[in-house]
Amino acid sequence: MMFWRSLMMEVYKMGNDSFGIVSIISTFIGAVAVIQFGSQLQGSLVPMTILGRIVRDANILEFSPTITALVMAGKIGSNIASEIGTMKVSEQIDALEIMGVNAASYVVLPKIIAALISVPALVTYSMFLANVGGAISCYFSEIVTVDMFIQGLRMDFDPFFITHALTKAFFSAFLIATISAHNGYQTEGGALEVGSASTKAVVQSCISIIFFDYILTQLMLYK
Amino acid sequence: MIELKDITKSFDGRPVLKNVSATFKKGKCSFVIGASGGGKSVLMKCMVGLLEPDSGIIDFDNRDFLRLDYYQKKKLRQEIGMLFQGGALFDSLSVEDNVAFPLRMFTTMGKSEILDRVNFCLKRVKLDNANKLFPSNISGGMKKRVGIARAIALNPKYLFCDEPNSGLDPLTSRVIDELIMEITEEYDITTIVNSHDIKSVFDMGDHIVFIYKGESLWEGNKDNLRDSGNPQLAEFIKASEF
Repeated sequence: MMFWRSLMMEVYKMGNDSFGIVSIISTFIGAVAVIQFGSQLQGSLVPMTILGRIVRDANILEFSPTITALVMAGKIGSNIASEIGTMKVSEQIDALEIMGVNAASYVVLPKIIAALISVPALVTYSMFLANVGGAISCYFSEIVTVDMFIQGLRMDFDPFFITHALTKAFFSAFLIATISAHNGYQTEGGALEVGSASTKAVVQSCISIIFFDYILTQLMLYK
Repeated sequence: MIELKDITKSFDGRPVLKNVSATFKKGKCSFVIGASGGGKSVLMKCMVGLLEPDSGIIDFDNRDFLRLDYYQKKKLRQEIGMLFQGGALFDSLSVEDNVAFPLRMFTTMGKSEILDRVNFCLKRVKLDNANKLFPSNISGGMKKRVGIARAIALNPKYLFCDEPNSGLDPLTSRVIDELIMEITEEYDITTIVNSHDIKSVFDMGDHIVFIYKGESLWEGNKDNLRDSGNPQLAEFIKASEF
């Protein structure tokens, strides 16, 4: 009962509170991708309908899962590390241990499961919104018409790309939650150490995300 | 009753506790006193299982804590209540939820039973109308009282208090001392208080253990504290009173 309450609270905190920033970033990523890829294609013999397809695949395969994960590492990673770190230095973790509660499982497990639920959900939302951002960019920049962009979006869609993106999202979620929780749990001292644990958590999470992004891309896309 | 036999503990080869032995009796308020850095907190952490001593025996009513398996330790820990120096209340939970926490974790009590028990514990520490407040909204003294309420929620057999008066004004300190004393007698529990507040020791010290540089140098009670014949203890009392 207490576990479910704690899990639901974490999912709400991670998911709902990150909704705004993921929305803004995803929309602009899609919009910028249209301008950048569009400028590369302009004047070439390649039909401009391909722009939608390129932007869609770039968003699904790389931009949405990776950038959302990096943003989440900054947002929820630092939050997890500082929350657990503060609990550690203010003896709240000790209080749990003395009561006979497995503190690691009570405090950390809901955060890991919540991250595994909320990060993939946010990545899915980001994929959708990045393509919407691309369409908005087409409307304002007139690189291609919105109809041509949408035609490109619907061209040669490979559903495996979604599997690939969500696999990356799951890995990223696990890395963010575990690395941050570990840094928080190892905190000893006071406020200064909590801040330092929080910074370490973000840096280590970001590096791990990028590293596993490369490994998973290599493993899944080049069989 | 809690019995300590030859407890030693060192960190990176530096001894912090050296063959500390003591007996803490049921229904009595025992004090572990000594200067900061003398090993009091390490001793208490060893007793509650937060640290594992290098050697020795910690006996809770004929149950050797260090030799119990995981589940036996877990069960024993539910008989322990602890009041931390800073309260260690869970920031994200209200006063009511903090006190209800051990009840929700370890009992099969229903919602109304839990609420009744929470209200009883809060009333016992004279915090009747603080249920919905959060730790960030209450004073240091109130935090300590909520800490006591949480510690007694499961009817513990053993109560540990780490510096219960630190950071409190003399009046609030007295209230906390009286509460600890009353609860010890009322529930007939073994209470161990870590303190360097010499006034509390003279008021409540049924049994006193003086720790000096990791060694237990003297054991007695408040009546013979002044005539201990131990120069380090005499100096400690003199400095505290000064």
